Amino acid sequence: MIYFDNAATSWPKPPAVLEAMAHFLNETGANPGRAAHRRAIASGRIVYEAREAVATLFNAPDPLRVVFGPNVTEALNLALAGYLRAGDHVITSSMEHNSVMRPLRALEQAGVKLTVVPCSPAGFLDPAGVEAAIRPNTIMVALNHASNVTGSILPVAEVGRICRQRDLLLLVDAAQPGGAYPVDVQADRIDLLAFTGHKALCGPMGTGGLIVGDRVDVARLRPLKRGGTGSNSELEEQPDFLPDMCESGTPNAVGLAGLAAGVQWVLEQGVAAIRAHEVELTRRLIGGLQSIPGVTVYGGLDPERQTATVSFNVAGKAPSEVGLRLDDEYGIMCRVGLHCAPAAHKTIGTFPDGTVRFGLSTFNTLDEVDAAVQAVAKLAQEVN
Amino acid sequence: MYRDRYAVILMHSTSHAIRAEKLLYQAGIESKLIPAPRHLSSDCGVCLRIERADVEQARKTLEDSRMEIEGVHEI
Repeated sequence: MIYFDNAATSWPKPPAVLEAMAHFLNETGANPGRAAHRRAIASGRIVYEAREAVATLFNAPDPLRVVFGPNVTEALNLALAGYLRAGDHVITSSMEHNSVMRPLRALEQAGVKLTVVPCSPAGFLDPAGVEAAIRPNTIMVALNHASNVTGSILPVAEVGRICRQRDLLLLVDAAQPGGAYPVDVQADRIDLLAFTGHKALCGPMGTGGLIVGDRVDVARLRPLKRGGTGSNSELEEQPDFLPDMCESGTPNAVGLAGLAAGVQWVLEQGVAAIRAHEVELTRRLIGGLQSIPGVTVYGGLDPERQTATVSFNVAGKAPSEVGLRLDDEYGIMCRVGLHCAPAAHKTIGTFPDGTVRFGLSTFNTLDEVDAAVQAVAKLAQEVN
Repeated sequence: MYRDRYAVILMHSTSHAIRAEKLLYQAGIESKLIPAPRHLSSDCGVCLRIERADVEQARKTLEDSRMEIEGVHEI
C-alpha cells in the first residue's frame, strides 16, 4: 500500500505524536486554563508547549500570539472575516484554495472589495501583479504559500516586501508548505500566518491556528466566536487580548499534545532535511510521469519551485477512474478531482474535470514513487 | 510560616502565567502556579507565587520579554 494523499492529511505520524496523545489522555486529561490543580496546570503547560513549538518552527517572536483553532480554514476565516470591513480592498491570487476564496467571496457580498490577481498556467504569481492591484483602500494581501493542486510556490517574501513598503498586511495560507518548506514570518514579512496541524506539521486532525504579528491591530480583530476562556471571568464581555480573545471554549488539548510532539519531531529532523528528501522524491515523480506517453503533468515541472504535491492527468481517462483503479489494483491512495480549489484549476486549465494528485510526504520513498509511476504507465498504455 | 514571605504576580490568563513561569525559571527565579487568591482577583485562573525578595527581578524579567503584568501583591 502506498499513501500519496499527504496534501490532504499526512500519514503516518511520528510515534511520538501517538505517545503524546495517549499520555495526555491517560496521565493529564484535565482542562487547560480552567483550574489551578496540578493536572489542569500540566494540561496548560502542554498547550503552551504546542504554542512554543509552532512559534519556533515559523520563527514567530511571541508564542502567546499563536492562536489555536480546529484547522487552517477557521484560522483563515478569523483573519479575513475578523479583520476586513465593508469598503476595504483585499488582493488575492488565482491559485487560492476555497478556504480563502469562499470567505472572500462572501465578504465581497458584504461590501469588501476584492481583486484576484491571475497566476500563470503553471500556477506561479508575478509579484508585480500584486503591486499593480494596490488601491488607496487596500489593506491586505491574502496569499496561498504553495498550491494544494500543483505544489507551485508563490513568492511570499517578495510580496511581503511590497506589503511593508505599501503598509499592507500580508496573510499567508501555509497549509501546504508548513513543516515541509521553510516558512519564516520575520524573514518573509508575514503578518498573519494560518497553519494546519494535520499535514506536514505531523499532528492530528482538529489542530491548526493563526499567528498574529505585531503589525496587526488586535483591537480591530473580531473573534469568530465568544465564550469562556478561563480568563477575565468576572466580565460578561470577551477578553481583548491574545490568545484568549480568539480561543473561546475548551480547546483540543489532546490534539495539541500531538501537535506539539509532531512539530518537535519536524524540528528534530530539520525542515531543510525534510525538504531535501521531498525534492528528491518530487524530481523522480515528475520525471517518471513525464516520460509516460499520454500523461500531462501540471505546474512548473521543477521540484525546486514546488512542494511534493504533483497533479497530472492521463489522456482518455477521467481522474476519478484513474484514482479508483490506482486504489483498487495497486493500493495507491491519492486524491482526484478539484481539490477544493476551482480557481486554481481554471488557472492551470483543468476545470471542471480536475486532476489526479499525488501528495508525497517525508515518509514516502523512491521505491514507492517508482511503483506508482509504473502503475500510471500501465493505465496510460490501455488508451495511448 | 508563610507570613511575610510571598508575593503573587497576576497575569492575564493561564497561558500568560505559564509563559511567565518559564521565563522566570530561565532567569533563575523560583515560582509556583497557584489559584489566584479571591481577594486579589475574581478570576478562575492561576497566578505565580514567588518570594518577595525576587519581586523586582521578576518584574524586570517579564517586562524585558514584553509581558504585561496585571498586578503584583504581597500575600
